[in-house]
Amino acid sequence: MATTATNGNALKIQQFSSSEEFSHNFLKAKPGIWNWMTTVDHKKIGLMYLASVVFFFFVGGMLAITLRLELLSPAQNFMDADTYNRIFTLHGAVMVFLFIIPSIPAALGNFLLPMMIGAKDVAFPRLNLASFYIYSIGALFTLISTGLNPIDTGWTFYTPYSTSTGTAVIWMTLGVFVMGFSSILTGLNFIVTLHKLRAPGLSWGKLPLFCWSIYATSIIQVLATPVLAITLLLLIMERALGIGIFDPAMGGDPVLYQHFFWFYSHPAVYIMIVPAFGIISELIATFSKKTIFGYWPIALSSLAIAFIGSLVWGHHMFVAGQSELAVVVFSFLTFFVGIPTGIKILNWVATMYRGSILLASPMLYALYFLFLFTIGGVTGIMLGAIGVNVHLHDTYYVVAHFHYVMMGGTVFAFLGGLHFWWPKITGKMYNEFWAKVAGVILFFGFNLTFLPQFIMGSQGMPRRYYSYIEQFQSMHVYSTYGSWVLLLGFLIIGAYLLHSMFRGEKATSNPWNARSLDWMTSSPPDEHNFPYSPVVIHGPYDYHKPESEFLLGIAGSDHHEEITVGTETKVKQ
Amino acid sequence: MDYIARLLLPPQESTFAHEVDALFHFINFTSLILLVGITFAIIYFAIKYRRRSDEDTTPLITHNNTLEVTWTVIPLILILIVFAWGFSSYNTLRAVPDDAYEVYVRAYSFNWEFTYPNGVRSTNDLYVPANRPVKLVMRSSDVIHSFFVPDFRIKQDVIPNRYTQQWFQTKGPGSHVIFCTEYCGVGHSDMMGMVYALEEEEFNAWLEEEASKDIESMPLVEVGELVWRSEGCMGCHSVDGASGIGPTFQGLWMRERNFTDGTSAVADEDYIRESILQPRARVNVGYQNIMPTYSGILSDRQIEGIIEYIKELSE
Amino acid sequence: MAEQAQVRAPHVQHHFASSDQQFDSAKMGMWVFLFTEIAFFGGLFVAYIIFRAWNPELFTLAATQLSTPLGATNTLVLIASSLTVALAIRAIQTDKKRQSIILLLSTVGLAMVFMIIKAFEYAEKFAKGIAPGAYYTYEGIAHESASVFFSIYYMMTGLHALHVVIGIGILLWIAWKVHRNHFSSEYYTPVEISGLYWHLVDVIWIFLFPLLYLIE
Repeated sequence: MATTATNGNALKIQQFSSSEEFSHNFLKAKPGIWNWMTTVDHKKIGLMYLASVVFFFFVGGMLAITLRLELLSPAQNFMDADTYNRIFTLHGAVMVFLFIIPSIPAALGNFLLPMMIGAKDVAFPRLNLASFYIYSIGALFTLISTGLNPIDTGWTFYTPYSTSTGTAVIWMTLGVFVMGFSSILTGLNFIVTLHKLRAPGLSWGKLPLFCWSIYATSIIQVLATPVLAITLLLLIMERALGIGIFDPAMGGDPVLYQHFFWFYSHPAVYIMIVPAFGIISELIATFSKKTIFGYWPIALSSLAIAFIGSLVWGHHMFVAGQSELAVVVFSFLTFFVGIPTGIKILNWVATMYRGSILLASPMLYALYFLFLFTIGGVTGIMLGAIGVNVHLHDTYYVVAHFHYVMMGGTVFAFLGGLHFWWPKITGKMYNEFWAKVAGVILFFGFNLTFLPQFIMGSQGMPRRYYSYIEQFQSMHVYSTYGSWVLLLGFLIIGAYLLHSMFRGEKATSNPWNARSLDWMTSSPPDEHNFPYSPVVIHGPYDYHKPESEFLLGIAGSDHHEEITVGTETKVKQ
Repeated sequence: MDYIARLLLPPQESTFAHEVDALFHFINFTSLILLVGITFAIIYFAIKYRRRSDEDTTPLITHNNTLEVTWTVIPLILILIVFAWGFSSYNTLRAVPDDAYEVYVRAYSFNWEFTYPNGVRSTNDLYVPANRPVKLVMRSSDVIHSFFVPDFRIKQDVIPNRYTQQWFQTKGPGSHVIFCTEYCGVGHSDMMGMVYALEEEEFNAWLEEEASKDIESMPLVEVGELVWRSEGCMGCHSVDGASGIGPTFQGLWMRERNFTDGTSAVADEDYIRESILQPRARVNVGYQNIMPTYSGILSDRQIEGIIEYIKELSE
Repeated sequence: MAEQAQVRAPHVQHHFASSDQQFDSAKMGMWVFLFTEIAFFGGLFVAYIIFRAWNPELFTLAATQLSTPLGATNTLVLIASSLTVALAIRAIQTDKKRQSIILLLSTVGLAMVFMIIKAFEYAEKFAKGIAPGAYYTYEGIAHESASVFFSIYYMMTGLHALHVVIGIGILLWIAWKVHRNHFSSEYYTPVEISGLYWHLVDVIWIFLFPLLYLIE
């Protein structure tokens, strides 16, 4: 048992109790709208992101419901083709740029990352607030675009369609461009925070796996998003000035746009899913009450996915007209993303072996994730095989595949994480019975919606089709019924979570008996996260050690004192 | 097995479809084993190791290098097999036989135009000789489209600034649907066509008949119908009153038209001519400004044929 | 431990344990930011490389329209400004505030010289009809994609110029803060990281100059 602090300078360590009297609840500190809007507290910023992404998930979800309703029958139901095209574009753009990219990193990550490493805040709190407002401005631009003339290009903005359509493409791409900077700055903030602000004793090997996944995500955000920014800038210039880089009439090449776009947007897929891996690691270890199996393989596979994922963008373009050599190379590299992903899944399953498994609702979400994400992963292998890809490319098979990854993966993990940390964030417990009911409904509804899409996709149903031939109707009908089941599930979740905020039972500081630092403080946390300066000796998954050994801090330190010391002391010159 | 194949995949109508399908089934089968294994393990562990009391203790198992290597190497071998298999079927898909019959394909919103070696053209209906390799040389005159025939397992994007190509060989006579699979705008889902594979003699007869069609000696109404069928009008304008991307031809003649700029006009000869040659000058309320110009494509006789055809449809 | 709390200087924000930690974080943050800037310009460089590979003859032709003497002067001006900003950091590290302000202001001055020369170059081209994209009307270059070269030129130099303008703003603000005694040898982080940013602006130009002006 490693008992003494590992870093060189001798720290006097003291054990604290998690008693609530210590704490100044951050939710109650500095109330009022203005104080919320100007806050630099990472927890409040995280909550503002959370509210935004939940709102946009609702918007994107309702758009999806509308699409599925139209697709109930082969011909026109209640909207025309033009409206349909705009709605599926908005559904994609809202879900990708406004919901899923900021969902886990910016909302949950902001709230949890500093707490998990025992810091009082992220490295640059004001920059963090700025990121939120940049995101809001981007969202405003997309709103303006939608108000003026909702775009109909698909969320990928492929040229030359996007440079020739009459809709408000510039406003929309400008919005995405601006949101890109929000994503970059958040990633930058997290990278520096993880490098420089870890509590004494918290070595890289003791970092919770959620932090590792956020770290890998941040690296992708920082390296790939600038390329999206320049791509969209080129697209805007192409549309506004006709610069000709993507325009065949002037010697440009529309396929070049696709290279530029996917150079970012493929890594962006990992921005969306890698944080989900982090949540799953936390959930499975906590609810199995057992040390995570294969800590380093899980941690490093996130980085491996980030790295390999940056080299495989061409697999979106197997039939786009790139050279056959490029197709083969991209296919070969693509398969290697499967290896670290498989390693993660098997390590999670192995963690459950001989554990003490509690099937609480967050754990159930994690298990649904394992099932759904495995399907999403293996169908990815199917799409990576070039010969088969030619048949499946741009069919509903692809649509089903990425919904299994993005929704079955990221959204289910997000829900698992939301339930897991709900008591920590709000200080209230939700209704476990309804949580389980909603989880089962979602799992069932999800499969009912998207399994038929695999079948009609491999049968040849192309995506982005407003009308279709009658052969595909039965599958479309199942899928639409499934979307209603999903809607029901989400409404139940919304209802009991709202109810818990006002009427919920009060949560204890560590209701799940977890071991990482985010639980070593009151629920909701203190304004400065911890009523003491945390010190780390044990790993975040050391379930074989008693909980009391995890509440360690620098002896004699107390944040209230520290702040006053800071403002009173003059520096000697 | 046959039932599953029929449920999941369209009929195998090209010579290489079975190759693609074999890999499809292999990946599905392997994946299913993996999925069942993982699901079984999860359920088994969740029951066997369920929490019995809050005081439960668990063993400290941090890692196992043998296991890690095993579940790295086995998937590695599997993906290398899948890659090699996918690569080999892709090679078949890309290696056009030398004796292939060549057809030029031009895609434009929202039609497919096929040009045969003897100069005959057809729109949205592709006629090919059965049991013979056919090579499609494709380009687009506007945005990106994609030529997809599920029964053949072929697909290739059609782009504006270069030729792309693909080939297939049918296993016999028959008809197969063509889809556009690269989103191209309001008529994307209507941009469909059919491949008709005919026996060699039948195909040659069709080619000859088409080549002999002389619009100079046909009645104008028939010229109009031919133009409607072969020049892509039918993609957007119905002749039976059904709504489409453009106004229907039925009952159009001498009907009052309202335009997006607030003006209106009666659909007479001059208006129809203008709509064909300068379609973007005045756009009907409720429709998009997307029709391409046919200036330089249609002859005066063809335009007059359309006018007469519209007249006839309104009687 | 205990002393950590005692020497807490007023510039140290509440969430940092020490001044060193704050300095290291700021510096690392700026380095990461510079990487994103390189990736940002990198996208344009890739577009440049691809277009040059497609039209090598166009690039040699079009480059003759760019004034090498003016470009070279601007290169020297920016290199000089990098030197003055480095000296300004050195000055504040040794508490020479007055000297630091003078050096920062000379950096700003040199940046303005750069912008003025750039403005002359732009004006001369616009007068000839060499404008970006569809507004290109110049007929002196016998190449159908001539306008694309200048679109790339305007995007690259325009984005760079935007960075120079932002740099001018930041350096003026820093000089003002030095004047107001915000910085000293104890705390000069913003001066140092602004200097880092300015060096990047300089380095990007050093790549742009040969790639655009010196094509043979």
